[in-house]
Amino acid sequence: MNALGFPILSLMLLVPLVAAGVCLFVSNNTARWLALGATLVDLALGIFLWGAYDIGGPQWQFVENAPLFGRFSWALGIDGIALMLIMLSVFLMPICIAASWSSIEHRIPEYMAAFLLMETLMIGVFAAQDIFLFYIFFEAGLIPMYLIIGIWGGAERIYASYKFFLYTLLGSVLMLVAMLWMVNFAGTTSIPVLLQTDFPPEAQTLLWLAFFASFAVKLPMWPVHTWLPDAHVQAPTAGSVILAGVLLKLGGYGFIRFSLPMFPEASAELFWLVMGLSMVAIVYTSLVALVQRDMKKLIAYSSVAHMAFVTIGLFAFNRQGIEGALIVMLSHGLVSGALFLCVGVIYDRLHTREIDRYGGLSDNMPAYAVLFLLFTMASVGLPGTGGFVGEFLSLLGAYRANSWVAFVATTGIILGAAYMLYLYWRVAYGKLDKPDVAAMPDLNKRELAMLTFIAAVVLWMGVYPESFLAPMRNDVGTLLARIERANPGGDARIAMSASPKPAAVEHDGNVPKAAEGGH
Amino acid sequence: MGESLFFTLPEIVLTLGSLFLLMLAAFMGDRVSRLATWLAVGFFVIAALVTPEIIGRGGVGFDGLYIADSFAAFSKILIYIAAAAALVAATSWFARDGTFRTEYPVLILLSAVGMGMMVSAGDLLTLYVGLELLSLSSYVLASFQRRDVRSAEAGLKYFVLGALASGILLYGISLLYGFTGSTLFGQINLALGRDGVSTGELFGIVFVLAGIAFKVSAVPFHMWTPDVYEGAPTPVTAYFASAPKVAAMCLMARVAIEGMGPATFEWRQIVIFSALASTILGGVAAINQRNIKRLLAYSSINNVGFALIGLAAATREGIASVLFYMAVYVVMTIGSFLCVLRMRDETGRPVETIASLSGLSRTRPGLAAALAMFMFSLAGIPPLFGFWPKFLVFNAAVEADLTWLAAVGIATSVIGAYYYLKIIKTMYFDEPAPAFEPSRDRIEGVLIVLAALFISPLGYFSIPYIDAAAQNAAGALF
Repeated sequence: MNALGFPILSLMLLVPLVAAGVCLFVSNNTARWLALGATLVDLALGIFLWGAYDIGGPQWQFVENAPLFGRFSWALGIDGIALMLIMLSVFLMPICIAASWSSIEHRIPEYMAAFLLMETLMIGVFAAQDIFLFYIFFEAGLIPMYLIIGIWGGAERIYASYKFFLYTLLGSVLMLVAMLWMVNFAGTTSIPVLLQTDFPPEAQTLLWLAFFASFAVKLPMWPVHTWLPDAHVQAPTAGSVILAGVLLKLGGYGFIRFSLPMFPEASAELFWLVMGLSMVAIVYTSLVALVQRDMKKLIAYSSVAHMAFVTIGLFAFNRQGIEGALIVMLSHGLVSGALFLCVGVIYDRLHTREIDRYGGLSDNMPAYAVLFLLFTMASVGLPGTGGFVGEFLSLLGAYRANSWVAFVATTGIILGAAYMLYLYWRVAYGKLDKPDVAAMPDLNKRELAMLTFIAAVVLWMGVYPESFLAPMRNDVGTLLARIERANPGGDARIAMSASPKPAAVEHDGNVPKAAEGGH
Repeated sequence: MGESLFFTLPEIVLTLGSLFLLMLAAFMGDRVSRLATWLAVGFFVIAALVTPEIIGRGGVGFDGLYIADSFAAFSKILIYIAAAAALVAATSWFARDGTFRTEYPVLILLSAVGMGMMVSAGDLLTLYVGLELLSLSSYVLASFQRRDVRSAEAGLKYFVLGALASGILLYGISLLYGFTGSTLFGQINLALGRDGVSTGELFGIVFVLAGIAFKVSAVPFHMWTPDVYEGAPTPVTAYFASAPKVAAMCLMARVAIEGMGPATFEWRQIVIFSALASTILGGVAAINQRNIKRLLAYSSINNVGFALIGLAAATREGIASVLFYMAVYVVMTIGSFLCVLRMRDETGRPVETIASLSGLSRTRPGLAAALAMFMFSLAGIPPLFGFWPKFLVFNAAVEADLTWLAAVGIATSVIGAYYYLKIIKTMYFDEPAPAFEPSRDRIEGVLIVLAALFISPLGYFSIPYIDAAAQNAAGALF
């Protein structure tokens, strides 16, 4: 048992699960309140977890292990990276429930149950310390998401739900074969032990590719991203929030937890595959985003571009890159979630996502316009928001790894500014000449509260990212020590030679001050 | 002799039971069919309790013709459970149509005797006798609703194709006998091991496996399955898809390992071909089906393919995974068919189209949830329990250095996922069709709930127990 004396991670899994079961048998309104209550309890537990997390303590904390299933065990435990991603999930969940309060009109108990089940599975993915337990949580998430898109989605929901399910399933099953091989080789299913296992380099490439098939689809990377715009556009608002906010992060988490530390040689060998796909993704999907007429589709494509910053940072093989990638994951989770909420707010009023149908919203919805602007800026990566910290660090890391990659990726920032500002311009500025748009009321209290909470955290992350980086720093250090032997080396060392001992900087855990934002 | 007879105790119990019920049917008529059903269930319980390995005294009887080991015990228990469930499920269904006759439990009992002999066979002739006893009862069961044209057609089709398969099997047996000089598994094993596999022996192996592949309905010997499953009365289909599949699959495992162990390299190619062909064809051909029974027929072909991957591993792990697979498969299949049994329109006529399931989640949420669980489970999506046996067969393949087979097999499971999803889509995403008539049968409902609980994530808690039993059973073959 862990230091707290009670299995907090199991409890966090259990609360939404039980609530999901109960939800099915109660009335609409009770289901809403029950779901909100359960997610808030999980949020409270999450905050408690963060508070109790011992920064600088052992790598794995709150460990639980019960050999229940014979061949694999109920093993849970988190490091700082998992902690931050769990926090992201439990923070977004109550907001998702609130966002669906009145916009979901039919089959509410089932809807709430699906979301609560989703929460259990997401936390499970991040907390699992047994590779098969991880797989089960990872894969099980398909079921509630399939139902959420298929039942409560838009007009093309059935096509989108199939595409989502089959794409991700095909990716994941190959990963399962790789896991079977690894467990067979190492003789254990425990992730912490597997993290210490050196797999033969010749096998690593195939294993890496099998994991890549799964995570690249989940992330998603170009060219297997095509399920994402469909799924996003058709999903209900809260479905999009959870999809963009947390489910995409599962791919990034997979790279950090499995691909990099377990197969460092293969990761180095396939450096250009990842970088190549990421560069294409950044430039190509940004250009695609520029010409979208549908708001949700635009944000969906922007997600693909942002996730490419994650892969670029992760495979840079240095601290700035990896920490940057992690911050991009967190900030993108919040910002894209908030942007989908912003779309949801006006969609609920006018029931269209077509950009041209809006215009001049800053006149009649000032509060909305301000918050939407903030999230637009955060998405662009304006200093002072979490987006800046993440993208800056990850580009810095990329620059140290390869200056060409950094060069191409930086154009993505410019393109990102172009498509986001163009979107904002068309929606919020201009003449308020459409009578139905002019009749739209400003944010109500519920919407204002949801968006303000996210805005506060986005600003916090931008101004003092240390709160979020600190728990992860040691784990990034462990990861770096693990992959250092395969580091392909960069072409831009000159840039960092100004610091007296770059190696020392790497290991004592201090990022150059400039990179940390507001100290 | 006395001890040999002791080993066949379950078969003796079931034979006497079926003869008793036959008399009951002859003298009391159809009035007692419900009583006969419950008596038959009682006979199954007794037979399971006196299975030699269960009471701790297994062994080989009749000079090797008959084997009562843990492998046979595991398979028999599974067969009896499946047969008893199929019996219970049938009561209200037949009673509803007024065609419930006392012969039904008799035929099920007789076929169970045949299946018991199949999984206990230590000799090709015991095998053949058991298989024929099962087949003959099955032909009659398929055409049990005599006045229904489809049912009669199903029986005839099954009979013609089944007779052909028996011929193929018998031809293979005669070849093996001719070239090895014995019909005992042990002797064939020795002969194959002594001087390699000759062409004649190879032909024998091919024909024997083809004959058994017909019974498990593995591609390319699957053609009868959709037609027979569609035409036979639904409770009979539920029975065909469960117990005989287990028996034939276990029989195949025993023949392949005990009888043809030294020729593993040769038969593995056949099994691998059949496995992949089944998973692919079972997935692709099911996509456009409109009839739920036909769809479940293809689903069973698909699942047999996965079980065969475990057999292809030809290790103790592999055989254990096959046994585990069949155990979970039986529950999922019977569960799905129990849901199908409940599909009747307002006038009480059974309906079988997938379209009639539209919007079931709103008219009958409980039934829809149960069927959805069975479908996700058959597709092998975690956290449902159907994932675990798939996992085990792939694990066995990887351990036997057949990683490529596991990779291809698992990729084909995505094809299968598509049509299972289609059912869920119909039930959950589509607008409701006319509601089914409310079903009153309690026992059926209880069975559905039990099956659903078993394949829910709660099933994972049973892994250590089933695993230990399956490993123990598989160990008997090596």
